[in-house]
Amino acid sequence: MVHFTAEEKAAITSLWGKVNVEEAGGEALGRLLVVYPWTQRFFDNFGNLSSTSAIMGNPKVKAHGKKVLTSFGDAIKNMDNLKGAFAKLSELHCDKLHVDPENFRLLGNVLVIILASHFGKEFTPDMQAMWQKLVAGVATALAHKYH
Amino acid sequence: MVHFTAEEKAAVVSLWAKVNVELVGGEVLGRLLVVFPWTQRFFDNFGNLSSESAIMGNPRVKAHGKKVLTSFGNAVKHMDDLKDTFAELSELHCDKMHVDPENFKLLGNMILIVLATHFSKEFTPQVQAAWQKLTTAVANALAHRYH
Repeated sequence: MVHFTAEEKAAITSLWGKVNVEEAGGEALGRLLVVYPWTQRFFDNFGNLSSTSAIMGNPKVKAHGKKVLTSFGDAIKNMDNLKGAFAKLSELHCDKLHVDPENFRLLGNVLVIILASHFGKEFTPDMQAMWQKLVAGVATALAHKYH
Repeated sequence: MVHFTAEEKAAVVSLWAKVNVELVGGEVLGRLLVVFPWTQRFFDNFGNLSSESAIMGNPRVKAHGKKVLTSFGNAVKHMDDLKDTFAELSELHCDKMHVDPENFKLLGNMILIVLATHFSKEFTPQVQAAWQKLTTAVANALAHRYH
């Protein structure tokens, strides 16, 4: 089980407090679909994903991105028990959504990049290290119930 | 062989022109060593790598980071011919340095993150996609001569 120190939790929580979840969520999912176009296969019914501007402006992408990142906010409240926190979502992504767990790592990478672009120098190497640890922990937790 | 469109090349080249290779190179390598601490094993003789500030301030890290990113500048000039451009470096990393090619992907991701912190909104989804494609292709080119 991944362990976060008190300092790591405090740093992550304080940065998260400054994140506009709706905006960042839409951006994260949008960038995933632009940068890794094969991920569009999971969102067939989202309408127009034919260009970068179509994707980034697509209301279904924004809404679903907000949903995904809100769920990520749960991770931050449960950093000591990510596997428990994401058990149901893990089963859903395996049994119903059939998502290759590699995609959780890709989304984690995109989230780190968005934080980097939003926070600039404030996203220090140490801060980045903590967030990489968190997104890796979430990706692992989401893959945990796969069978 | 990976193919870059005219737009992708333009996006890569125009951002690259604004990159301070010395500064960014040091930051990229430093962040690699902070965020993925096992990579420090390749730099045993670099002196003090005991903390974030030690690593980011370490003159050997900065110098070597500059060397690595200067070499990456070659990739930008030879986007149509990456495998040949990196053939010798690929052999070197395999035969002499014994570096697991997975590390090339980690470094590539680190380049993207540092670009994101420096360029912020200018690091658009399209620019990110073009750079992701380039760093992935460079990682593959560096792994190409492994045996």
